[in-house]
Formats: sequence, structure tokens, C-alpha cells
Amino acid sequence: MKKCIVTVLGKDTVGIVAKVCTYLAENRINILDISQTIIQGYFNMMVIADVTELDKDFTVICDEMVKLGEEIGVRIHCQREEIFEKMHRL
Amino acid sequence: MINMYEVSETNKMIESENLDVRTITLGISLLDCIDSDLNELNRKIYEKITTTAKDLVSVGQDIEKEFGIPIVNKRISVTPIALVGGAACKTPEDFVEIAKTLDRAAEVVGVNFIGGYSALVSKAMTKSDENLIRSIPQALSVTERICSSVNVGSTKTGINMDAVRLSGEIVKATAEATKEKDSLGCAKLVIFCNAPDDNPFMAGAFLGVTEADAVINVGVSGPGVVKKALEKVRGKGFEELCETIKKTAFKVTRVGQLVAGEASERLGVPFGIVDLSLAPTPDVGDSVAEILEEIGLERVGAPGTTAALALLNDQVKKGGVMASSYVGGLSGAFIPVSEDQGMIDAVHAGSLTLEKLEAMTCVCSVGLDMIAIPGKTSASTISGIIADEMAIGMVNQKTTAVRLIPVIGKDVGDTAQFGGLLGYAPIMPVNEFGCDTFINRKGRIPAPIHSFKN
Repeated sequence: MKKCIVTVLGKDTVGIVAKVCTYLAENRINILDISQTIIQGYFNMMVIADVTELDKDFTVICDEMVKLGEEIGVRIHCQREEIFEKMHRL
Repeated sequence: MINMYEVSETNKMIESENLDVRTITLGISLLDCIDSDLNELNRKIYEKITTTAKDLVSVGQDIEKEFGIPIVNKRISVTPIALVGGAACKTPEDFVEIAKTLDRAAEVVGVNFIGGYSALVSKAMTKSDENLIRSIPQALSVTERICSSVNVGSTKTGINMDAVRLSGEIVKATAEATKEKDSLGCAKLVIFCNAPDDNPFMAGAFLGVTEADAVINVGVSGPGVVKKALEKVRGKGFEELCETIKKTAFKVTRVGQLVAGEASERLGVPFGIVDLSLAPTPDVGDSVAEILEEIGLERVGAPGTTAALALLNDQVKKGGVMASSYVGGLSGAFIPVSEDQGMIDAVHAGSLTLEKLEAMTCVCSVGLDMIAIPGKTSASTISGIIADEMAIGMVNQKTTAVRLIPVIGKDVGDTAQFGGLLGYAPIMPVNEFGCDTFINRKGRIPAPIHSFKN
């Protein structure tokens, strides 16, 4: 399974989770784990998702997520899971 | 599974602590391009580089995007050109033609530097080596992307003092040839002792003859990450200090290893090594000097600097070695002056001198790096400084290097501007007593004895 980590950071507003999840669903990205908190009015979300079924190039997804973030007014990063796995696990 | 804290730690390192992969360097052997006809040689070199490296930049960019980690440079190193060009080049001018070809090939594939305009003359020079060395000033003044290096000594062979003498003259001539740009050519010329075959960092990168046809070597960075981590252990003992550096170096190197593996797989080129160096940039918060100051020095250059640097260098290696399957290159902390804001500030404050920098090079990689000196400094004095640094490398069985920039038309109190990653540097004073009689002796310094270590 190929996994990616989506992080969303920014000022809280209506519909962030909905818009991000809709985008993921439209691109056949299955959510495996999701955690979200609000710290001092700032929205902080992390999604672990399965990108095995992806029909687009992963770099295109990265670009589109950044663009989606700009539309909503938050910062979205979409990264392959390995960078975190390698850094924090032996 | 990865948790939110770990994800945000990694992303904080990237976004606010300047964690990056400093370079993916594709080593390309040019040995199979050798030809006695110069035109044919140039054609083969151009073809081989533009074919082998055609996807280097795009693959690098894809990896950057997918993992969210900046890869600052994509570069190429080649077989030392003195070896490749020996059969075809009868004069220094012939070698300059190869330099132009390398420069064009680098431009076409989109890399900012190509290293390997080099000669390995640790014991003696062939005619071809000498022609290449004599061509360096012209080659660096008519090209943009060429990086040049000369290995003039090793622990096994001693120091080739004829090459040291010639190198001093060549550094001076390169400074003259590029004087309109604050003698920028010298920023692309390194004089080595014990040069490694697999160094991915410019300006000293070349692909040694012991290497494969093509190989991926990666240089990591991350002084800012180490500095931030050390802020959390202020006032603590050496044990905690060292553990923190090791853990941080481990994390930084794991990213380098990941990127190296990905690049190797996607380019279909074997992975060589990860170079564990802490490589600073002129950006604030990306400085080795700031780490040393965080360890407890008022300014870099103060008493204690050499010990603090020795500790830092050793812990970076200890942490990094376990994070990578193969480690090589220069692996250590770099202490370039112009590329490190903390070093520049220490020179301005009067804390850091050339002599202290020389002492520091005894315990870290790599040497007297990116140091601007008065343009009036004589070639023999430059050779003397080179000889001193080579002796440190030879005796201590380590790589040392000299990248001095005698800035023509400038003197102590002035500043040289190199731009970009090369930064800027205040001109540092040089001991003005002469060493001509020493430098003018012919021959070489014999290899040191490897016993009776004192």
C-alpha cells in the first residue's frame, strides 16, 4: 500500500474537512486515519490516506492540494508517508 | 502509525529550520569518452553527459514535490578531466575547449555546477596534468558552471610541493582572470589533500576512477535543525548535548538516504553514498557558527571553538552513520566563511582569524573554505597557506582543502560579493611575512611515518 500524509494548517472556517475529504474521494484516495484539533483558533488536521488506487500522477495531486488550500485560505501539504516513516522509525 | 506530533516535527524542520537536501550529485564516468581527437572527445563527452543526466533535474523536482523536502542543488561530477583529456589535449588551450563543452552540457541538462575539471597530482604531475592545471584560470573565466580541483597531496604519497607552488600561482591567476566579479573564479577552485572519489559537494566534486559508470551521491544539510534542537538543552551536560546532536543528525541523514534511494531508483543509476556534512548557507538560521555559539561560545573563534567543533563533527558522524547504508564524501561540518552568516559576523567582530580557522580544520571537514584575502597577497604566500593545510590533512589522515579568494583590487576592510549560495565575505588579513625560499624548493614532502603517533 502506498500512503500519503495530508496536513492542513490555518485559520478555522466552515467546511475545511468537507472540502479536503471531497477532493480525496474524487481522486480515489481512501482515508485511513484522520486527526484534527483547534489550537487558539487555528485549524490543524492530519490525514493518513491510501494512494494506491490513484489514477493521476502523485505530483499532480500535490499541486492540486496546494491550490485547494489557497482557495479555502489554509495551507495544505500532501507528502508521501516515507519521509516521516524514515525519520521517526528505525 | 505516524502521529501528528512526528509529522509536525518534520515539517517544522523543513519550513522554519532550513532542513533540506543540499545536493543530488550524479557522478558520470567519462573514461569511455577518451579519444585522441579533440573534436571527437568533446562530442562524446557532450553526448554522454546530456544522455545520462537528461532526467536528473526533473526527477529531483518530482522527489522534492512528493516528499515535500527541498533539494537545493542538482549537480554533476565527472572523471578528472586531466585523465580524460590527456590523449587529445596538447596545450592548456585544448583543455579549455573541454571546459566549454562541459559548461554547455551542464546548461542543457539544467544543473548549476559541474565538477571534475580536476587533476590528481599528489605525487607528481604528467604533462597532461600540468596542462590542465595551467588552463584553470582561463577555463574558469570563460565558463559559468565549471568547478575545478587539484589534489596535491595524500597521507600515502606526501605533498607534491611543485604542484603546491603551481597552485598558488594558478589561484592568483584565476583571481586576476575573474577580477571584474570579485575574483569569483577562485570560489570554484579547490586545492585538496586526500580528496575523496565520491564527494557530492562543489566545488571539489569529481568522480574518481574507482567509481562506477554512473552513480548517485547525496549531500544532506541541516545546521538550522541542529541549532534549534540544541536550544532545548541549554545548560545541560555534555552527555545530553552529544545525544541531541546525534539524534538530530540521524533524522537529517535519514531524509538524505530516502532521497538518494528514490533518485537512484528513478534514474536507474546505482546509489553511491550519503555525505553527512552540515553545510551552511548565508541564510540566517542555517549556520554552523550559530551551532558552536549555541554550544556555549560568545563568538566563533573564541577559545573553546576547536573543541566545540570537534565534538559537533564527531556526533554528526555518529548519528549519521547509522542512518545511512553507505556514508562517504567529505562527511563532517563545513566551515566556509562567506557561506555562513555566523562566520561572517565573527570575522567582522574580530573574533575569527585565518589562524584560528586553520586550527578548526584539524578537527572537521574540510579546510580553509571560501575565505577572501587581500588581492595583493603573493602567489608564494598562497602556496604557503596551501602547504600548511595540506600538511594537516596528510599527517591527520583526513581530507583537507583550500578555497581562498585573493580579491583583486580589495584589501582588509573591504567586502567581496559572490552572490547566491556563495555569499559574501569580509577580506581577512594574512600574515605578511614571506615563505618564498620554502615554496621555491623543488620536489615533494615525503609521506609521513604511520607509527609513533604523538
